[in-house]
Amino acid sequence: MQMSGAQMVCEAIIAEGIKIVFGYPGGAIMHVYDEIYKQNGFEHILTRHEQAAVHAADGYARATGEVGVAMVTSGPGFTNAVTGLATAYMDSIPLVVISGQVPLSLIGTDGFQEIDAVGISRPCTKHNFLVRSLEELPRTLKEAFYLARSGRPGPILVDIPKDITVEIGSFSYPDSVSIPSYKPTYKGNNRQIEKATEAIKKAKKPLFYIGGGVVLSNAYQLVRELVEKTQIPVVETLMARGVMGAKNPLLLGMLGMHGNYASNMAMSETDLVISLGARFDDRVTGKLSEFAKYADIIHVDIDPANIAKLVDVDYPIVGDISAVLQKMLPLLDNINTDRYQTWREILKRYDELHPQSYVDSDEVIKPQWAIERLGELVGEDAIITSDVGQHQMWAAQHYPFDRPRQWINSGGLGTMGFGFPAAIGAKKAYPKKTVINITGDGSILMNMQELVTAAEYKIPVINIILNNHFLGMVRQWQTFFYEKRYSETDLTFQPNWKALAEACGGIGYDVTTKKGFDAAVKDAIKQNKVCFMNVAVNRFENVLPMVPSGGALFNMMLPPKTEIGEE
Amino acid sequence: MTNNATNEKRVISVIVMNESSVLSRITSMFAARGYNIESLTVAPIPESDMSHMTIETRGNAKVMEQITKQLHKLISVYKVIEHEEMIEKEMVLAKFPIAENLADISVLASAYNGGVVNVGKDMIIVMVADEPKRIKYFIEAAQRYNPCEVVRGGVVAIER
Repeated sequence: MQMSGAQMVCEAIIAEGIKIVFGYPGGAIMHVYDEIYKQNGFEHILTRHEQAAVHAADGYARATGEVGVAMVTSGPGFTNAVTGLATAYMDSIPLVVISGQVPLSLIGTDGFQEIDAVGISRPCTKHNFLVRSLEELPRTLKEAFYLARSGRPGPILVDIPKDITVEIGSFSYPDSVSIPSYKPTYKGNNRQIEKATEAIKKAKKPLFYIGGGVVLSNAYQLVRELVEKTQIPVVETLMARGVMGAKNPLLLGMLGMHGNYASNMAMSETDLVISLGARFDDRVTGKLSEFAKYADIIHVDIDPANIAKLVDVDYPIVGDISAVLQKMLPLLDNINTDRYQTWREILKRYDELHPQSYVDSDEVIKPQWAIERLGELVGEDAIITSDVGQHQMWAAQHYPFDRPRQWINSGGLGTMGFGFPAAIGAKKAYPKKTVINITGDGSILMNMQELVTAAEYKIPVINIILNNHFLGMVRQWQTFFYEKRYSETDLTFQPNWKALAEACGGIGYDVTTKKGFDAAVKDAIKQNKVCFMNVAVNRFENVLPMVPSGGALFNMMLPPKTEIGEE
Repeated sequence: MTNNATNEKRVISVIVMNESSVLSRITSMFAARGYNIESLTVAPIPESDMSHMTIETRGNAKVMEQITKQLHKLISVYKVIEHEEMIEKEMVLAKFPIAENLADISVLASAYNGGVVNVGKDMIIVMVADEPKRIKYFIEAAQRYNPCEVVRGGVVAIER
């Protein structure tokens, strides 16, 4: 069929089953937007910033497991999208970002709104394409979607010169993809899986270390089955919160810099780490030479480059977590779970000794209380996104996540401003679910313009701003490591949050009491409009436990057992 | 992670799809992860849509493992060969003033598997192709004939 390049882009998006595209038009992508205007195969959401478009597509992808799509124009449109690409890249999120480019004849001439998009995005995409002719456009789009969702997922950029979107040619969307140099390993080596299984049976203090790869592989039920079968304790990374379910008795909690005592001690004392889709990030390992120093390590990961990158691995298994666990589970049929009883008891005692706790107050709202209370009010059904900072860690520590894809946050890149647009994407994916962005007074301002997007499209995302009038996490480090020199972290001057939300078509709440918190959450759900809930929390609250950067996991700063005064 | 004591020279061959910007994908990976490229040669493989790159780098076993894995991860990379038993050659072109002892220069070049390739009014040009270590010796020996220009070609290697 004869059609323009712009039409081909729309046809490819429809052929891939994409229902929603987030984006922002501009000169170089205008022809594609003209086709978007004419078609009804997918919905387009106009964000108010390209970064937010990519984060929204990312949030949609994290919530559904499907490929998210964002569209931006050339030059500044593309450069605004880079933070979104990098965020998705660090957390292996399947995205296709389509960017306009100046016409082929102007490439390299420093034309208006020209930038080397493939050059800039090379380190923060799984792969990228500059389309050089109309003939290669359909195949390139097919490959982009295939690469985004296969193997270790990731963001793919397709940069399309403007003249190619106007040109007319014949369109045939390929059924399959053939990239001879790209053959991800899914199955996992049988012999290695057998050896790893034997190691599990021989270990005395084994520990499951669950990462975001389990979520990406949709392997959580298999992981739960494996844990149930073996009765081996589990720790989760930030990205894996929800995999085990908050009530699972074998779940010790999150590990790492803000992990709890039992989790970090378990990792320090285990004799066998069974790592599933986790990448030994420095926020998890602390001082590498002290990390799991008594343990052999089984590492299952679809990306061979992740294996033995930071720690020596005794049982490397390259493969998809689901495929590997399907092979591993039958091999553990006769496992003696009593063997780990003493180990489970030791860890239980650790948890009793220093549970994940905080000292509550009747005078002021503690952020941890707000998170726990939110869990009680909206619990298992809600999708929680977050920005980056103290509120993110409190949410990860205290919210009762019950399933994967319920918790959406920027782990690898740590992108402030991610939460609100990601929540918009998640809400578009699941309109009937309550979607709440837990944010801070620093983070929310980074993409607050999306209030307008959410109001226009009636996307009722609830933004709970845990407001301590600080860039809280930086302030916490300044407290501990910079003798309380609060350099440029004091955010005493603030907008009128309620008025700001209302000015943009949403609603606002100012919350100063626990009772008011309950009332605001309930009302926000009932009002069903985008909102800013400005919650005044204890200003100098710290995220604890904390392992100082570069320290050993077992050297934790623990929460106080009684109230300590402010400043 | 890097242990300088075992920071040995290594040569790898990378077979890549012959497409635009593939070279920069490879070099960006080295740059972004802090690995050094000592020399790099690249040319298309005849009658295919692939190119052969020979990269000379340095690192211990762990660094080399990461380099090969990260290269493999690039979508454009078809194959990575870590050479153990290899034939390694490097080419050099050198230009000398015609006033120098041409017979000596010719003998020197032939001792290093090369010869005179051009004689002009003012200059003589020799080419040698030999093992990288011997190329170093050739360049040292050539200094006495006051070369005005020496151009090294980078290593190419093939597994034995």
